[in-house]
Amino acid sequence: MPDAATNISGLIHRYGNRVALDNINLSVAAGEIFGLLGPNGGGKTTLFRLLATILPLQQGTVDVLGFDLQSQAHDIRRRIGVTFQSPALDPRLTVRENLKHHGHLYGISGGELRRRIDKLTQEFGLADRLSDRVISLSGGLQRRVEIAKGLLHEPQLLLLDEPSTGLDPGARHDLWHSLYKLREERHVTVLVTTHILEEAERCDRLALLDHGQFVAEGTPDELKSSIGGDCVILRCRNADELAPKLVESLGVTPQKVDETLRLEITDDSQVVKQLLDRFSEEIVSFTWGKPTLEDVFIQRTGHRFWESGEYVERPVKARRH
Amino acid sequence: MNTTTNSPSLTHPRFGLTVWTLTMRELVRFFRQRTRVVGALGQPLIFWVLFGAGLHGAFNPPSWAVSDMSYQAYFFPGIAVLIVLFTAIFSTISIIEDRREGFLQGVLVSPISRTSLVIGKLTGGTVLAMIQALLFVSIGPLMSMLHLAPPLEFELSLPRMLAVAGYLAGLSFALTALGYCIAWPLDSTQGFHAIMSVFLLPMWMLSGAIFPGENSGWLSVIMKLNPLTYGVAGLRRIMQPEAIVADGAGLPGLAVCLTLTTLFGVACVALAVFLTQRKSSSDTR
Repeated sequence: MPDAATNISGLIHRYGNRVALDNINLSVAAGEIFGLLGPNGGGKTTLFRLLATILPLQQGTVDVLGFDLQSQAHDIRRRIGVTFQSPALDPRLTVRENLKHHGHLYGISGGELRRRIDKLTQEFGLADRLSDRVISLSGGLQRRVEIAKGLLHEPQLLLLDEPSTGLDPGARHDLWHSLYKLREERHVTVLVTTHILEEAERCDRLALLDHGQFVAEGTPDELKSSIGGDCVILRCRNADELAPKLVESLGVTPQKVDETLRLEITDDSQVVKQLLDRFSEEIVSFTWGKPTLEDVFIQRTGHRFWESGEYVERPVKARRH
Repeated sequence: MNTTTNSPSLTHPRFGLTVWTLTMRELVRFFRQRTRVVGALGQPLIFWVLFGAGLHGAFNPPSWAVSDMSYQAYFFPGIAVLIVLFTAIFSTISIIEDRREGFLQGVLVSPISRTSLVIGKLTGGTVLAMIQALLFVSIGPLMSMLHLAPPLEFELSLPRMLAVAGYLAGLSFALTALGYCIAWPLDSTQGFHAIMSVFLLPMWMLSGAIFPGENSGWLSVIMKLNPLTYGVAGLRRIMQPEAIVADGAGLPGLAVCLTLTTLFGVACVALAVFLTQRKSSSDTR
């Protein structure tokens, strides 16, 4: 196994004048599940497409499984499995036909192909659906077929773009179960993009991507403990008035995000007590908890993960660049 | 240090297998859409019968044809070319669908050569076009038994059918490549339909398929410049030599037709390969 599944340095990508990726440096170790977390439009999908060899490299060096992306894309393609956000299955064909065509594209045929299809569909609980048309399968099952397809040529690196899109919580749980199994049994490195915080928690390591730049990198626990204490979120009548008062009387520096104030406090409940004693008039609501990945994101970027403040999850139909 | 290069399970893509699998996929998709099967054969047959019945009275055989040529006989090779054109063109629309459905992305990240992608797609379109054109050529003459068309003045013997099939295969491949070049950069099937009505359909009309257009000033000039004119003329020469007078002056000779159609096909295929090999942001639409 190479030390790193992928090494990226100084990567810059532009669409016209818009900079989608701004000087990205990243190293993903072999055998880990690495997550790229960020809001839509943050640059995740661009990075994903570069690694999948379908976007031309503009600036920087990218090494995938020991091969140079610029000059050895063919060697990379034989060794990676790619699952796009938009399903890449032919809905009019059966599960077996889809897998068969995919195998043929990678030069696998005959008995060897049949053996692999049977084994994979067995593992993914698809064995009894082999002759069903893909269009008749549920979203969760289709996603499983996609992943089985991506594994047919036994790749060393699996790239997944927003794999949970359109999946219900049960199917999402199954998906992650299969990813862990892959890592254990086949030592496949998995690189997954996501905008779902709960999903990011499940990765071995994470990079937070915002406006084309990494704002943080580490294991989910490392990132959360980097906050150094608990998080208190105040919704108040007038954030601009309250903030200087808090600095003056309590010696804490709140961060204003939209109309809320965020405080990081060490295990000193005195601050909380004083806060409630003195300013209860001005506080509408109060949340005190362990930091989440969203807190990390806000701390590093100064803005919410969801710019509009709403957590809306829906299948993304539109093609984004 | 890097042992991954020698992974035992690593497989090589194979050109023949790729072309085969992409062709089979095209065929399976086509036959699963029954309305497409009916439409593709039914429409040209109806065209031939209705236009033939409506226009035969107004038809004057062109200078190169025997004087008793019926309009149905004149129109027969033209309809065969229409079938080939439509099927070839419609099968390339699937490129736009493949892009939208995501299948194409999956193919583009696989290690196959882009040339094998093009050849696979074109072979699929060609086989479909051939099946339908040959069905029409076999069924069409039977219409006279139902009194829907006059008996055709030319005979479709087995050797002649084989020659016709071979010629149509080449023409289908060329026209599928033309459709591919149009479909590749497009991102909507509506766009394709627009191009079809302002470019492809007129191209067929001005190929001598539906009217001879001799001595018609600018029209005749356009027809001479239209590559499809030579596709249709070549098919006439192979399919209905009895209907052509001895020297056949005014109708391009077989050698000219074969040469120009081949050149046209090679140019379209080359352009299709060139377009597909360009790696650009538009691949990921």
